[in-house]
Amino acid sequence: MLGPSVLVLATFFVAPLALAVRDSLTSWDLLSPPVYVGLANYARLVASGELAALVGRTLQFALVVVSLSMSLGLALALALNRPGRLVAFVRSAVFSAYVVSWVSVALLWMWLLDADQGVFAAGARALGLGRVGFLTDPGVARLTLAVVTVWKITGFSMVVFLVGLQDVPRDLLEAASLDGAGAWARFRHVTWPLLRPTAAFVGTTSLIASFQAFDVVRVMTQGGPVKATTLLVYAIYEQVFLDLRVGRASALTVVFFALLSGLSMLQLWLMRGRGGRA
Amino acid sequence: MRPARAVANLLTLLAAGLWLFPYLWMVSTSLRPLSEIVAGELSFWPRAPTVEAYREVARTLPLLRQLAVTSAAAVAIALSQIAFALPAGYALAKLEFTGRRLVFGLVLACLLIPGQATFVPVFTLLARARLVNTFPALVLPFAVSAFGTFLVRQAMLAVPDSVLEAARLDGAGEITILTRILAPMVRPTLVSLFLLSFVFHWNDYFWPLVATTDDTWRTLPLGVALFREQGTGVRWHLVMAANVILSLPALALFSVAQRHLLRAVAGSVK
Repeated sequence: MLGPSVLVLATFFVAPLALAVRDSLTSWDLLSPPVYVGLANYARLVASGELAALVGRTLQFALVVVSLSMSLGLALALALNRPGRLVAFVRSAVFSAYVVSWVSVALLWMWLLDADQGVFAAGARALGLGRVGFLTDPGVARLTLAVVTVWKITGFSMVVFLVGLQDVPRDLLEAASLDGAGAWARFRHVTWPLLRPTAAFVGTTSLIASFQAFDVVRVMTQGGPVKATTLLVYAIYEQVFLDLRVGRASALTVVFFALLSGLSMLQLWLMRGRGGRA
Repeated sequence: MRPARAVANLLTLLAAGLWLFPYLWMVSTSLRPLSEIVAGELSFWPRAPTVEAYREVARTLPLLRQLAVTSAAAVAIALSQIAFALPAGYALAKLEFTGRRLVFGLVLACLLIPGQATFVPVFTLLARARLVNTFPALVLPFAVSAFGTFLVRQAMLAVPDSVLEAARLDGAGEITILTRILAPMVRPTLVSLFLLSFVFHWNDYFWPLVATTDDTWRTLPLGVALFREQGTGVRWHLVMAANVILSLPALALFSVAQRHLLRAVAGSVK
């Protein structure tokens, strides 16, 4: 009953990690046989500063995505946690972005943000900001991708916070209200303490998800301008399919996996003792 | 009370604008002629609405083929995940055997390994097996889902053992128990798994990009992204028409199965 599943999981999840470690110790262009080079790939990634730059960029991107999508998701959950058809429709609209493909979202925002004909660029010109290169200015592009990612995933964080809000007892809020607590005091002292485990879950889940960002980069900027949006996974892809450097890509894969494992540990640690919620 | 209500209303309005306008602008753009795009027309309603963009997209892109490949791959993956998860979930939830904890540990560990961490070796694996750019390459790496196995196991844990014992007393074999008794009982979980898996793989861009090399097995998201990449230039009405075609099925499925999808997402959190 279990055999076939274990076999497939081992082939496509466990064995690849072992293969990545092995390949990371070689120089391999996919065409000629791999050559053993020891730790040269890792040494090169560290010495050239490429690894630090990649991790730094990815971390910065992830932190912007996590903080914005969490706070926006929480605010929307609080605002939309009430009956009514209109409110239900807005909830669906926000969540729909989570359901459509990354390609759809990326193309849509490329057009909205197009520096010449885009409607946002027209808005920026009207505000006297001049020509804003949302995707072509190296200082802006990474932030743009982060904001587009926030648009895509905030629906998820909102839904999870809405689930969490169902566990906040109504009579507790009413009691606080009778004691003269205002909306902010009720949130601060009743709702938020009860939502904290949910927030930890949303935070770590979206942190892990933003570390895996690829589609939005590939479609919108291809890592540019001047590497401003070359995040970890895109760099791995580029090494294999553009530069044919499987060894170096494997080394990056190993580092990426180690980072993700660290983040997952952090998540499990934050989630411990939550009655099976993980 | 009152200022809080006002803030909530303002946020609702803001959310409606932020999440509806992009879709509406996409549709409005797709119905414009090229001249209005070039002119940077900002009026919401196209001055001279036309479906010419859709006609041209249908002429340039192998839409039907890409739709067929995308749907076939997504359905094959979703069904395969269910077929594997049923017996595995049953064994993990209801059968006693040595190594059960170990296997369950393996499933949980795989839950934490994303495709982005395995695509390089999986690609070289498929290349060695000469499977790159084939239909199996799209499906095989996802044939078993650790998440699906976990979901089904959790659902089966909730089935009382007395049900299984009664069936065994009646002489039912393991296969009969699984297909006739347990599968119908965990049906809602299977529907959730199917929907989540189908939507995810229908939308997937990353793996088909890695696994295909030409139009034979290219999926729709890949085809539409490539269409833009190959130089549509200022002809954004074409890109948006293609984008409407790409996002409509996902949005339609969402509006039909919304309650179920939301429950599935919320349930996967619990």
